[in-house]
Amino acid sequence: MATLTAVRPAFGGFSFDNCKRNAVLEVEASKVGCSVPAARKTGTTICGVVFKDGVVLGADTRATEGMIVADKNCSKIHYISPNIYCCGAGTAADTEMTTQLISSNLELHSLSTGRLPRVATANRMLKQMLFRYQGYIGAALVLGGVDCNGPHLYSIYPHGSTDKLPYVTMGSGSLAAMAVFEDRYKPDMEEDAAKQLVRDAIAAGIFNDLGSGSNIDLCVITKSKVNYIRPHDEANKKGVRVTELEALKL
Amino acid sequence: MCRHQNETLPDTAVYRKERGTNEVTMNSRGLRSQLKDSVPVAGFSPQGAYGVQDSLRSGFTSVKNELLPSHPLELSEKNQFQLNQDKMNFSTLRNIQGLHAPLKLQMEYRAARQIQRLPFLQSSNLALDTLRNSDESIGFEDVLNDPTQSEVMGEPHMMVEYKLGLL
Repeated sequence: MATLTAVRPAFGGFSFDNCKRNAVLEVEASKVGCSVPAARKTGTTICGVVFKDGVVLGADTRATEGMIVADKNCSKIHYISPNIYCCGAGTAADTEMTTQLISSNLELHSLSTGRLPRVATANRMLKQMLFRYQGYIGAALVLGGVDCNGPHLYSIYPHGSTDKLPYVTMGSGSLAAMAVFEDRYKPDMEEDAAKQLVRDAIAAGIFNDLGSGSNIDLCVITKSKVNYIRPHDEANKKGVRVTELEALKL
Repeated sequence: MCRHQNETLPDTAVYRKERGTNEVTMNSRGLRSQLKDSVPVAGFSPQGAYGVQDSLRSGFTSVKNELLPSHPLELSEKNQFQLNQDKMNFSTLRNIQGLHAPLKLQMEYRAARQIQRLPFLQSSNLALDTLRNSDESIGFEDVLNDPTQSEVMGEPHMMVEYKLGLL
């Protein structure tokens, strides 16, 4: 009697079937001289600051694919819940899927409890998920929001550790942005001063880091409203093309 | 924690035997049995018609493929993670509410797990999801590789015969 198998995926989730094939392909490709396509990363500057009434989150808008700019105006500030937003650095797909998953979970959770979700809940869900995958999900996040206990700001690293701080920066331009924060941060700032500080920090990242560029997006979260300003500032404007006639007149 | 390890051990051993209809758990030890996810008929190898390897369905065969995990997370995601979560939850429940709480819950789990369709059809596991509270959360197992939309299925007659022990 011929052999037969009864194949059934008992449960969904990640499938590791192609990992060995991919490793072999990478070795073969490097022998020939080509390289496997790289994942799109957001070499980034993201930052956040807590001010008197809430939180200001800021991000640049460049997405890179190796040495090429893949997206000149991508949106790095993701929605988590009406009072919580999250900036994402690292692999672009990972940050998107992670924030969408946590946003759905938080919505189900808040429907179940009947209350506005808290930033600490989102933080706990994110850190447990990222630790489960041991850093293979490359998402470095800045999570900020205002809930019943006031404004909160967290930074979450790809391996699952988190920090709760009054000002945080992440991404490849984080050192440049942190330099601006360390110089000019004061507790209990006004909203305009906080927006200017975040704008300057992101601009420092844009001009001093190759992985960050284009515009500056801001998101101001207070108890009563959320102001998503996109773009707040076009720090790197492309030149305007002139026709030959106009060029002759210049 | 090691004090409770002994107490939860019998539960997981029975749990493993319970899942024998779906996966190979003839010997739960050993990497090989943890990596395979198909039910072979004993005594024949390689898989496929007339003993020839089935390259279309199972890819190129190599002993290394079957003995070593291809990704550090593979073993953890396949078998260990859900079991460890359950162990942790049950031991916490036992500490808070006493032995009756995890006992009753596991009895209900066992009952809910037995509500299945025919062997080759995927069940929605609604009762099990409700007990586990996973009907109020969404994870990668709901988005990626949904079993209800898998491209392969076992041959219905063979699977029913295997389940009934007629094979």
